[in-house]
Amino acid sequence: MPEDCIYIARSSAIAARALAGEMMVMNSADSTFFTLNEVATTIFQAADGRTPLREIVRDRVCLQFDVDPEQAQADAEQFVTELSSHGILLVSNQPLASETTR
Amino acid sequence: MSLMSEVGQKAFNLGVPIAVHLDVTYRCNERCVHCYLDHDDHGEMTTVEIKDVLDQLAEAGVFFLTFSGGEVFLRRDFFEIVEYARRLMFNVKIKTNAVMIDEEDARRIRELGVDTIQISVYSHRPEVHDAITKLPHSFERTIKAIRFLREQELRVTIANVLMTANSSDHAGVQQLAAELGVQYTLDPTITPMMDGDTSVLSLRIPGEELPEIFHNPALVGSQEEFCAPPKPPSEEDLEGYSCSAGHSFCYISPYGDVFPCVQFPLPTGNIRQQKFLDIWNLSPEMKEVRSIQAKDLTVCSSCSHVSSCTRCPGLAYMEGSMRGPSTADCEKSFYRTGVPTANMLQQGLSKPRTITGKSAPLIQIRPIQVLPITVPA
Repeated sequence: MPEDCIYIARSSAIAARALAGEMMVMNSADSTFFTLNEVATTIFQAADGRTPLREIVRDRVCLQFDVDPEQAQADAEQFVTELSSHGILLVSNQPLASETTR
Repeated sequence: MSLMSEVGQKAFNLGVPIAVHLDVTYRCNERCVHCYLDHDDHGEMTTVEIKDVLDQLAEAGVFFLTFSGGEVFLRRDFFEIVEYARRLMFNVKIKTNAVMIDEEDARRIRELGVDTIQISVYSHRPEVHDAITKLPHSFERTIKAIRFLREQELRVTIANVLMTANSSDHAGVQQLAAELGVQYTLDPTITPMMDGDTSVLSLRIPGEELPEIFHNPALVGSQEEFCAPPKPPSEEDLEGYSCSAGHSFCYISPYGDVFPCVQFPLPTGNIRQQKFLDIWNLSPEMKEVRSIQAKDLTVCSSCSHVSSCTRCPGLAYMEGSMRGPSTADCEKSFYRTGVPTANMLQQGLSKPRTITGKSAPLIQIRPIQVLPITVPA
């Protein structure tokens, strides 16, 4: 999938809440539980289904954290792949409807 | 320590209310003989009020949200409330007797992404279950609902409250749970009525019967570990706290009253008059609850069981002092290990006296965390 076209949205099946800057995420379907670090939390919170991943990395991650843009993009893609495999994030090359409020 | 425990500890240390139990009604279609609630409606929060509470809880950092009652499905707006809670991304658990859940409801519960449904089942024998709930055919309806929920692949836990009427039925209920493909837990219940009436405590299992339960590996896991004699308390133990009540957990009634716990009827404020976070952060009662360390306990600080006892500060409060002992927990510690507690020794007892008066109950074997926790590399 060309990276420019990646859209991500949070699944409606999950529960999530920030605790001291880190996001707790639980998938009720299989009870997998994750905590996300600050960078991952930034991507997760920006996963509105309308903003391309590349834009999230450029406008959020690279602005808030001192990271190399190319490395950040690669890490973000890996993170998205992992969370989508657990049903936490929905991934598409088309804009997605956001199913959650935050 | 599991990731879940680490997060729980972090919330505790930060004073974040990570888990809240919200009763949406006290009305009920069953009349369980041991129930501590007044089932009349004295002015439940409206749909709008509850949604506002949920907004505030999300803002406060609440993650684990339990909806209970009364019977939650007696509220016509219950699905609307759950849907709203899920949109706010709470991890939602529902406690219900399930008699009103049909196939369509089960499908909707799955679609809403509810984590767990905990259902009270008192016996594998319909006549015993129905005699406790006082609702004819309730066993049949509850089991039917569990099957609907399982068809939707939802996670269901059977909560089995033990009392005199069903004390020998736990093995049968465990087997029933296995047949239905659901989890089983002994549920801590049989507390005095909310108005302080302790008559329901006569239903509790006599202490002499507790060893049979405490030495049953099917109920407590490793008997060696569970029944081990208490270790001498360390400095760290004496700096410790009883439980998460008021630290990272609280209870909200259908009328908006906020308490440290379901089993701790110390009013700390009302959400109709104050913001939740103001009550949580500023209530003198809440602050007092969270200030109490093991070393501050009047009797228990000198007890050999202090580091391993399940002492419930709410039950102690109902006995007269939140810093005092909870006699029911003294009883459990004794029957679990055979070692008398400081509270018993102070009264010159070598074994617990038969309790009929102010003592609170009973069995509080806490369910073991059995859900798989995955930590990404």
